[in-house]
Parts: sequence; C-alpha cells; structure tokens
Amino acid sequence: MRGFIIKEFYHIFRDVRTMIILFGMPVIQILLFGFALTNEIKNARIAVLDHSKDDVTMEIINKIASSGYFILDENLSSESDIEDRFREGKIRLVIIFEQNFAENLLKGNKPGIHIIGDASDPNTASLLVNYALAIIRDYEADLIINQASFNMIILPEPKMLFNPELKGVFMFVPGIITVLLMLVCAMMTSISIAREKEIGTMEVLLVSPLKPFQIIVGKVAPYVVLSLVNAVTILTLGYFVFGMPMQGNIVLLLTEALLFIIMALSMGILISTIAKTQQVAMFISLAGLMLPTILLSGFIFPIENMPVALQVLSNIMPSKWFIIIIKSIMLKGTEIVYIWKETLILILMTVIFIGLSIKNFKIRLA
Amino acid sequence: MTINDHQHIIHVENLVKKFGSFVANDHLSFHVKKGEIFGFLGANGAGKTTAIKILCGLWKPTAGIIKVAGLDAYRETEKIKKNIGYMSQKFSLYDDMTIAENFTFFGGIYGLRRKEIRLKMNFFLEKLEIMEYRDRVIQALPLGWKQKLAFSIAIMHEPAIVFLDEPTSGVDPVTRRQFWDMIYEAAHEGITVFLTTHYMDEAEYCERVSIMVDGRIEALDTPGELKKRFSVQSMEEVFIRLARK
Repeated sequence: MRGFIIKEFYHIFRDVRTMIILFGMPVIQILLFGFALTNEIKNARIAVLDHSKDDVTMEIINKIASSGYFILDENLSSESDIEDRFREGKIRLVIIFEQNFAENLLKGNKPGIHIIGDASDPNTASLLVNYALAIIRDYEADLIINQASFNMIILPEPKMLFNPELKGVFMFVPGIITVLLMLVCAMMTSISIAREKEIGTMEVLLVSPLKPFQIIVGKVAPYVVLSLVNAVTILTLGYFVFGMPMQGNIVLLLTEALLFIIMALSMGILISTIAKTQQVAMFISLAGLMLPTILLSGFIFPIENMPVALQVLSNIMPSKWFIIIIKSIMLKGTEIVYIWKETLILILMTVIFIGLSIKNFKIRLA
Repeated sequence: MTINDHQHIIHVENLVKKFGSFVANDHLSFHVKKGEIFGFLGANGAGKTTAIKILCGLWKPTAGIIKVAGLDAYRETEKIKKNIGYMSQKFSLYDDMTIAENFTFFGGIYGLRRKEIRLKMNFFLEKLEIMEYRDRVIQALPLGWKQKLAFSIAIMHEPAIVFLDEPTSGVDPVTRRQFWDMIYEAAHEGITVFLTTHYMDEAEYCERVSIMVDGRIEALDTPGELKKRFSVQSMEEVFIRLARK
C-alpha cells in the first residue's frame, strides 16, 4: 500500500503537465479571477454634456469623477457628439444635465439628468448606470437632509451585508476552490486510472494479490492530500492577497472541503469505470464536469437569473452546494447546524457515485 | 480418466463461461502439467482471453471444475493470484519509473521484502547484462529490454504458473528468440508457462498446444502429433485447417 502511494507520487511529480495543472493552475486562476476578470468597475471613462454649468451640476460631476469608478474623459458641447464618442468606443457612459439645472432644483421642478450607457456590453452598461444613479441619489439625499425644506421623501438606505463593498473576489474564491478541486480530483484521478488501463498495468494490478479496494485507495490517496494543499493555498491567497474574510470555523471549512474532495474523487472513479482511454476520461471530465461546474453552480452566473429548467438542473451540481457551504462559512461564519442540508446532499451524492462505481466494476468482473 | 492432481498444475473440466446468451467458453477441458510450456492458441474472439481471465481469478466461471495450482477458481481466487505471474502484450511496466522502481513496486504488491526484491533485481539485471541501467526510466529502453524486464518482474515472486498473453507481439525475431530462451529457463526451474501467441512458429516451441475455435477446444496435443494428424508440415497449416472447418 505504501509502495503504491509512492508510485503514484512518482507519476505526479515526474509529469510536467500534471504538475502544472496541480500547482500552477490554482495560483494562476486565482490571480486571473481576482485581478483581471472582476466584474467590478473601476476607472470607466465617461463624458459629460452639461447644458447648465452651474454649482449643482459641477458638484454632482465632481462627486462622480471622484468616486473611483469613473474618470471624466471629456466635456461635450453638443448632443451630436454623443454618438460619435460611443462609436469611438472609449466612452462607456454619457451624463447629460438639462438647462437651468440648479434653478429648477431650487424651485422643486425636479430637473432631469440623462444617463446614456453603451449597452453593446449590457452587463457593464447596467452596472455603470446603477453606480452613477447611486451617486446622484446620494447627492440628492445629502441635499434633502441639509435643506430640510423639501417634504420628507422615503429615503431608502440599502446596506449590503457580508460583502459591503460588493467585491467580486468574494464570489470567485469559493468558485475557484470548487472548480479546482473538481478538476484535480475528478479529472486527474479519472485520467490516471484510465492511463493504467491504457498502458495495461491495470490488468497486471488486478491479477496481483492487491484487492480492487486497495488499488483505488492507493490511486486516490495522493490526490486527496494534494487537493487539500491546493484548497489551503487558494484560501491563503484569498485571505492575504484579496482580503477574503474568514468568519467561520476553519476546521469546519476544511472538513467540508475534504467531503467535497471525496465526492469529486468518487466522481472521478465513476468516470474511469466508463472511460477506457485518457482522452475519453479527459473529455467526460471537461464536458461533463467542468463546464456545468463553471456555468451552473452559480459561480459566474447567478442561479436565480437562470431559466427554471436550468435552475432545477443546477440542483444536481455538487459544486452548487459546496459553493453555498464555503460562502456561508467564510462570509457569514455559519455553523454546521445551518448547512447540514447542503452537507447531507454532498454525502448522499458521494454515496451514489461510489455505489454506481462499484456496480460498474462488478459488471465488468461478472 | 485418471488424473494425478499433483502433476496437473492447471486442471479444467467442462469450463463454461456465458455473457448473457453468448457462450464465450463452451465446455473446455484440459490440463497443464507442472513445468510445461503450454500454448493456448486461437483466432481473435475465439475465447482465449476469457479463459485466461478465469484462470487468473479475474472472472468467475459460469460452470465447470477449475483448479489452478490446486486452488479453486470460484472460492480461492485471492490465493490463486498470489501463486501466478502475469505479463500482457503491452509489457505493462511504468514508463515514467526507473527499472529499480518498477522492481520495487511490483515486488511490493506481491508482498516481497526489500531485501528479497534487491536480490531478485540484481539477479535478473545481471542475467540480462543491464545492471548499469537500473536507474534509467523504462521509457528510454528498447522494446526488447522492456519485454525481458516485464517477464523478469512477472516471475520475480516465483509463481507456480506464469501467464503470458501474446508476450512477443511487435518484437523482432532475434529478440523473440532470446525471449524464448528465458521462457525455457523459467520452465526448467519448474515454473509452468501458459502462453497465447499469434506466431505459429512459436507454437512449435511449445510442448503442447490447444487450439480454440468459436469457444471450443478443437485440438490439443504436441505440435508433432497435430501435424501428423492433419498430415501437414507446419503448425500454421494445422491452425488454418481448424479455423476454416
């Protein structure tokens, strides 16, 4: 058994591709997602068309420009420039103030602000419009409080709990851990078992006095260790580089991670009972596991926005439940009593996968 | 039929193996003597592999009496596995590990101690005259070496029987000849050799051969007797006669 695990480590450490996937991927992915692929907006270029040019519009423009989200690129002079600027593609948002803005405001005439977004990228556009609106509302609110002359309007004060700054990285760290554990465990084990079948050593192992159970444990044990190392690496990076909070119990988190790892491994074993070659194993893992994990787990696209059919489908994605668990523990400091349902689902899935693998294996032997 | 069980290292009586309604092995009966080189021939799909898998304890037979090294193929498969060696046509060594690491690993799964493994490895490497390559990875070695190493590793734990599944496919004639020398040597030391092959000239080297057609054994005898019976010059002709029937 010990010899078996040593052998498995030889395979892992002597294959450059395996090493890159195991240790390069986590770091690269988290840095990529953390720094480059954020859906937060910073320094979006905007233009302003100010027909009024008074104190109030100046103040609003300053407030917008100093928010950090926007850079004031240009003061336009006529409506006809707007379309040209958008076509050039440099400007993401144009804000137009109507004439006599301050005057109308003082008279209580509710002056208009026109916000035009470049919806060729609809997500960014709506985010930018929302940011701009929020800043203007903020200004409005200050005004109301300061002057007290207006009739009291209902003043909503939204507060974003657990992620007050709406940082994208809080989403990505749990997502990346999930995707990577899936990748390392399910794909790597299925490929490495398929590899033994391909080169014929699986036959030799099966003919040897080793029991199938020992073969499987020997094959997956190294991946359990490496996956845990990976999970800890990502968490550490998330914590120190991106300021990801760690509200909950770290032992609970690692235990849940271990459960997810075992779940993914049993998936990998199941794949390997079907796949005869490394290519097939890789294809099944990528098409059958990675894509759904990324697309349907709520990692990138919110599940609530999906069509009902996909929402239902997302329930059979183990990663969905694991992402919920990590987020609850890390961001909310949730205890096991509140996530027992998700945990149970993962345990159940593990049992099902192992059961199916044993069944497939038995069929082959019978 | 008076069979002396001590002499018969493999004893098969009316072995039947069915997959659903398909009969892969149809009442096979044969025995292999201790220290014999037994050729197990047949066209692809004739049922050779199925029979070997049953003899190796990988698959359960549907019916029949099967004893391998005196052990029952239904109940004692784990013990059978300890007493046999196996080498497939792919030579099945780990390409990314060195010769020494392969010896250590395979010796380990048969429960050999480190010291025994070292002794055995030195013995084989000296015999093959490749001692200085013990720390080379398998990948870099010529095919003929891999084949001989795979065979050495298959008999490292001194099994009663070694199963060779097309052990010489893809190897040049000179290497094949050298390999047969190793087979004879093993047989001489009392290891029974049970092998399948596609090369009919190799069938001539076997002490006895059986020829399977469509799940049944159509002929079983020494190569000389078989040629006499069909009044032909070579095993190849015997094989073609039977396969065309």
